[in-house]
Amino acid sequence: MHTTDTDIKIRSRRLLASWRQGIIYLGFLGIFAVFCVTLHGQGFLDPENLLNIVRQTTMISIMAVAMTFVLSSGEIDLSVGAVAGLASVVTALTIRSLGMGAGIMAGIATGLLVGAVNGLLITRVRIPSFLTTLAMMGIARGAAMWVSGTAAIPILSDRYAWFFGGGNLGPVPVLLLWTMIFGVVGHVALRRTSFGRRVLATGGGETAARYSGINTSGIKARVMLLSGFAAAIAGMLYAGRMQSGRFQFGEGDELSVIASAVLGGTSLFGGVGTVVGSIIGALMIGLINNGLTLMGLEYSQQLIARGAIIILAVAIGTQKRR
Amino acid sequence: MRQKTYRAACTAGRALVDAPVIVRMRGISKAFGGVPALKDVELTLRSGEIHALLGENGAGKSTLLKILRGVVVPDAGTIEMEDRAGVSMIFQETSLIPTLSAAQNIFLTREPCGRFGLIDDRASIAEARSLMTAFGLHIDPATQTSKLSAGQLQLVEIVKAISQHSRVLVLDEPTSALAAGEVEHLFALLRRLKAEGTAIVYVSHRMDEIVRIADRASILRDGRLIITSPIGDLTLEQIIEHVIGRESGLPDAPPRHEAQGPPVLELRAVSGARRIRNVDLVVNLGEVVGVAGLLGSGRSALARLLFGMEPLDSGEVLLNGRPVHIANPRDAIAAGMALVPEDRLRHGLIAIHSVADNLWLPLLDRFSCCGWISLPRARRMAEDQVARMRIKTESIDAPVHSLSGGNQQKVALARWLATDPSLLILDEPTAGIDIGSKREIVAQVRSFARKGKAVLLISSELPELLAASDRIVVMANGRIAASVSPQDSSERQLQISIQNANAYAHN
Repeated sequence: MHTTDTDIKIRSRRLLASWRQGIIYLGFLGIFAVFCVTLHGQGFLDPENLLNIVRQTTMISIMAVAMTFVLSSGEIDLSVGAVAGLASVVTALTIRSLGMGAGIMAGIATGLLVGAVNGLLITRVRIPSFLTTLAMMGIARGAAMWVSGTAAIPILSDRYAWFFGGGNLGPVPVLLLWTMIFGVVGHVALRRTSFGRRVLATGGGETAARYSGINTSGIKARVMLLSGFAAAIAGMLYAGRMQSGRFQFGEGDELSVIASAVLGGTSLFGGVGTVVGSIIGALMIGLINNGLTLMGLEYSQQLIARGAIIILAVAIGTQKRR
Repeated sequence: MRQKTYRAACTAGRALVDAPVIVRMRGISKAFGGVPALKDVELTLRSGEIHALLGENGAGKSTLLKILRGVVVPDAGTIEMEDRAGVSMIFQETSLIPTLSAAQNIFLTREPCGRFGLIDDRASIAEARSLMTAFGLHIDPATQTSKLSAGQLQLVEIVKAISQHSRVLVLDEPTSALAAGEVEHLFALLRRLKAEGTAIVYVSHRMDEIVRIADRASILRDGRLIITSPIGDLTLEQIIEHVIGRESGLPDAPPRHEAQGPPVLELRAVSGARRIRNVDLVVNLGEVVGVAGLLGSGRSALARLLFGMEPLDSGEVLLNGRPVHIANPRDAIAAGMALVPEDRLRHGLIAIHSVADNLWLPLLDRFSCCGWISLPRARRMAEDQVARMRIKTESIDAPVHSLSGGNQQKVALARWLATDPSLLILDEPTAGIDIGSKREIVAQVRSFARKGKAVLLISSELPELLAASDRIVVMANGRIAASVSPQDSSERQLQISIQNANAYAHN
C-alpha cells in the first residue's frame, strides 16, 4: 500500500514537472494561434513578417543561449546589453580605421575582455556576479558613449552588413543562421559535453561539485567569458543590421535575455537549464513585441504588456523549483 | 578510578528533591507515520537542576525536546508547566544574526524604545552590559556578532534566553564547537543560572561533561525512558550500558587481517584545517581503519584536510609511498583518493540532479572524448552501478533527492567506487539510514578493502566501526588519542575509550 501511494505521488509530481517544462511550448503555440486569428488582417502570417520576428530576436536569442550557461552555473550577467552596445561601437570604429577583419577581431576581443574581467572579479575577488555585472553594465555603457562621442558611427562595408545583418542565403536570412548555429552548438555543449555537465553541477550544488573534483571557479570564469563573447556577437549583429555602431544598442536587453532563459525553463537558482527553451523564450518575446505592434499598441503600452508577461513567466519559472 | 572522582564531584545533586517542579511531562507517546518515536516517557524538571538527557541518535531525544518546546504535539500524555515558565532552546547552530551587535541580537523584536517610538540602541547596550556583568561575562555587547567566537556566541545566546525570562533552558551538544577554556566559561554561567533557579536540560554525548555538570540524568533508548537517576548514583559503565543496551544487527568484527600490504596512506605529524594537530596515521593495503571520536573531535576535519578542502599547515602526506601535495579535491582525485562526505544532500550529491547525472559526475572524463560525452556508455555504466549496488530507484533519470536516505547514500558511494580509488574515505556513511542499507554498506566497504584497497572509515556509530574496521583510532581535540582493536573490544569498551580520550584531551 505504502509503495503505491508514493508511486502515485512521484508520478504526479513528474507529470506536473513535465507540464511546467512544456508550458513554454504550449504558451508559444497559444500566443501564435491567438495572433493568427486576431491579426490575420494586419499581415501577421506574411512570411516576411515572420522572418522579421526572427531577425529582430536574433540578438536576444544569442545572448540567451550564453545566459543559459551563466544561470545554470548559478551566476547572472547583467552587463550583456551594455557589452553589445560597446562591441558595436568598437567594431564600427575599427572598421573605419583598420578595415573589416580588424573590426571583427576588435569587437570579439571587447566581449572577451569584459567577460574575462567579470569572471576574475567573481571568482578571485569573490564579488557576487549580480554586483560585478551591474557595475560592469555602467562601465561598458559609459565606455561606449565615450569612445563614440555619443554619435552613431556608420559602417560602409556592404560585406559586413550582409554577413552580420541584412543578408540572405537564398530564402534564408543570415540572422536566422546565426541563431541556429548558436542554438545547436549551445544545446549540444550543455547536454552532451563534460563542460556542460560541469556547468550544471556547479549551479546545482557548488560544494558537492567541488567535492566531485570540479574546478568550480574555472567553470564560472569560462561561463562569464562565453557570455561576454555572445554579447559581443550580438552587438556586431546590431551594427550590421543598422549599418552603424551606436552606444544605445542593446539597452535593456539584459532583462529580455534573462526573461527568455527563465521563460524557457532555466532556473534562476542554477543547476537547471535548457538552450532550446531559451531560444523559444526569446522568440516568444519577439512574437509578443511584434503582435503588440501590429495591434497598434503604443510603445508605452507595449512596455507594460511585455513587463506583465515577463512577470508571469518568471512566476512560473520560480515555482518549478519549489 | 575514574568513576570515583566523578562521584565525588557530583554529590550536590541530592539536595534537589525538594526543589519546586517547573515542568512535569507524563506518559508522553508520539508516533510518526506509524513508527513510534516515544513510548510512555516521563520527564520532570526541577528548579535549579541541570538535567542530562542521554541516548543514541534516534533514541527520541529531539522529539521529546520538540514536545517540551511545543513544536510537536504528543499523541498521548500530559505536560504540566509552571505559569509563564518559558522554554528556550540553544542548538549547535547559532540563531543569532551575524550582522547585528550582541545587544541588538539580545533585544531583537523587543528593542527598548526612546522618545518618538524610535529604537534606543544605547539603552539596549547598557541593559545588555548590565546583564553580562550580572552573569560575570566579559563580552562587549556593542560587538558585531560575526566577530565573536563560537563560545561567545553561545554565551550571548544564553543571555538572550535568560533576558526573555526563560525558566527552562535546553542546550543541545553545546560544547562540540568550543575550545577547552570556553567550556569553563559556559559551565560557570550554567552554575550561576542553576543557583538562580533555572532548570537546564543538557544534551551531550560527552560523559565527562555530564558527570561534571549534571545533577540528574534521564536516559532514552528506542523511544522509552530507561532510567532517571541522580548522576552520582550511576557509574560511567552503567550509563553506557543503558544508552547502548541492544544488539546492533550488524555482523561481528572481521577476522583479524594478518597479511597486511604496504602502507597506502601515511600521515606524518600532520596539522591543519584549524583543528588537526600533529596526527600520525598509517592505512595499509587491504585494511579498513576506523576513526572514532565525539562530535568536534576533528574526524571530519581530517577527512576534509586529506581531500584538499581544508589547508594543510604542516606535516607530510604520503600516498603509496610518495609524498603528495593536495591543494584541492581535483589533486586528491588525481592522486587516487575518494571521499564520501558527511552531508550527502549538500556535499555528497547534487540533490536536484538525476541518479545518472550524479553517478557520472566524477567520471566525466572517462566517458568523454575531447569533452564529448558518450551517452550510451555513460548510461550503461549508471545502469550497472544501480544494479550492482541494488539502488532502489524508479529509473536512473529520477532526481536523487526522491530516493530514500539509504539509497541516496548508495549512489554517493557507488560514484566513488566506480572511480576505482586506492584510498576511500567515508565520513558518517550510515548516518540516518535503515539497518538493511547499513549492513550492505558495511559489506561493500569490507569487500572493497579486501580487493587490494585501503579505507578510512569515520563514524559515530560504534557497532558499524566495530563491524567494518580492522583497526580503530580514537580522535579527541584534533589529535589521535588512542588505538583500539575491534576484535578484542566491545561497543562498551570502545565507548569508554572515546570518553576517556575526550576527558584527557580537555583537561
